[in-house]
Amino acid sequence: MPDVSLPDPHWADLPLGFALLVLALWLTWTQRDRAAVIGFTGYGLLVAIAWVRLGSMDVALTEAALGGGLMGLLLLTAAARLGEETDQPAPGLPARLSIALLCLGVTLVLAAVVLGLPSPAPNLVAPVASHQAVTELGNPVAAVLIAFRAVDTMLESVVLALAVIVLWSFGADRAWGARPRALHLGPPSPALVFLGRLLPPAGLIVGVHLFWTGADHPGGPFQGGAVLAAMAALLWLARLGEPPRVSDGLTRLGIVVGPLLFLLIGLAGAVIADAFLDYPEALTKPLILLIEAAKTLSVAVALALLVAGPPELPGPMPPRQSGRAAKGVTP
Amino acid sequence: MNEAQLYGVCGAGLVGIGLYGAILGRSTLRRLLAFNLVGSGVFLIFGAIARRGGLAGGAQSDPVPQALVITGLVVAFAATALAVALLIRLATVAHEAASAAATPGSTDDPSTPATASQGRGERGPGHVGAGHS
Repeated sequence: MPDVSLPDPHWADLPLGFALLVLALWLTWTQRDRAAVIGFTGYGLLVAIAWVRLGSMDVALTEAALGGGLMGLLLLTAAARLGEETDQPAPGLPARLSIALLCLGVTLVLAAVVLGLPSPAPNLVAPVASHQAVTELGNPVAAVLIAFRAVDTMLESVVLALAVIVLWSFGADRAWGARPRALHLGPPSPALVFLGRLLPPAGLIVGVHLFWTGADHPGGPFQGGAVLAAMAALLWLARLGEPPRVSDGLTRLGIVVGPLLFLLIGLAGAVIADAFLDYPEALTKPLILLIEAAKTLSVAVALALLVAGPPELPGPMPPRQSGRAAKGVTP
Repeated sequence: MNEAQLYGVCGAGLVGIGLYGAILGRSTLRRLLAFNLVGSGVFLIFGAIARRGGLAGGAQSDPVPQALVITGLVVAFAATALAVALLIRLATVAHEAASAAATPGSTDDPSTPATASQGRGERGPGHVGAGHS
């Protein structure tokens, strides 16, 4: 390996923090919604690098997959369907100035708090490290997620399932039972179709690898599930496949299998182990693997369906025209 | 200034910028974007605290806040997806109401006229605002 002396990564911190703030300012003040959404996708990737600099690889992976990837897709399709709309008349200068002052005040207070934190920083590194061996997991974040704070993770997977139910309920009554169509944005370009054929096989492996390696290295069900969901969304966007109907039983099973298995094993823990969500010592690792596998599947299904939107009847997409049409009839 | 302080202050700045955008955003989509900026800033501050704790405890970062931020990111995404669906539904309903109002008598749904006037009422100032800027 050639001996190249790389500059100290600390030098990247100041430009990166500055870039985040400038990008945030730009995407708040820029004229066009679509430009702002594209800027937000780039912002998500920059934040992921900031997380690397903060030593949180697990969060960086989640942020890159969710904040940079899926969120960008979700907001871009929304921008495409909503069109460019200005529905808010700008208030007068005094109001804007006072709001800016309020926001500046919030920032200054938060910055003062951050800079004035107590100096031997309180932390839970040692307690996690001392109990981590019980779970046979090498990744302390995975151990916290699946064992020490398992109740948070379980509730969070329930929240995802509930979010899909609420999303589906936003559809029109007559569209119930139809397929989600938020990703139907006209005929796909040949480049998108090519990407839709090229990327999913690799993405499938990356997603499953992220889940599997999450036991000992950065990764886990959320990161893996997000990558898998992005691959499904790409297939739907390129029209190489269709999102399942909301009445499809298998899809519904996919959404609930993760939280359900987590809950059942947790309840069983109250009987065969010491407490709710406690695992019997001999079976800890197999049970954790089982829960994580089901959770990866459920996270992937739920995230993909959240991007795909509520059920809609086939037809031209009305909202995009709605902005102009509604403005046209307004006196 | 170490990286924990730097990104912590950066997160504080993002909260302020996002708050401004969430109050005064050009469109509902932009306000949703700004709201996500606030969330991102809060997570970064949490990350900075995790970094300080991790360094004090002999690790790169405290695993407990990391796990909470991962959970938070997923929930924030779900909330954004719901908000996006609401925005699109709102635009669809407003569009249906506007086209029903444009062709009077074509509707047999008694609830439509009410939503039509409401939808037009919401659109009105936006149109004027767009004309000013």
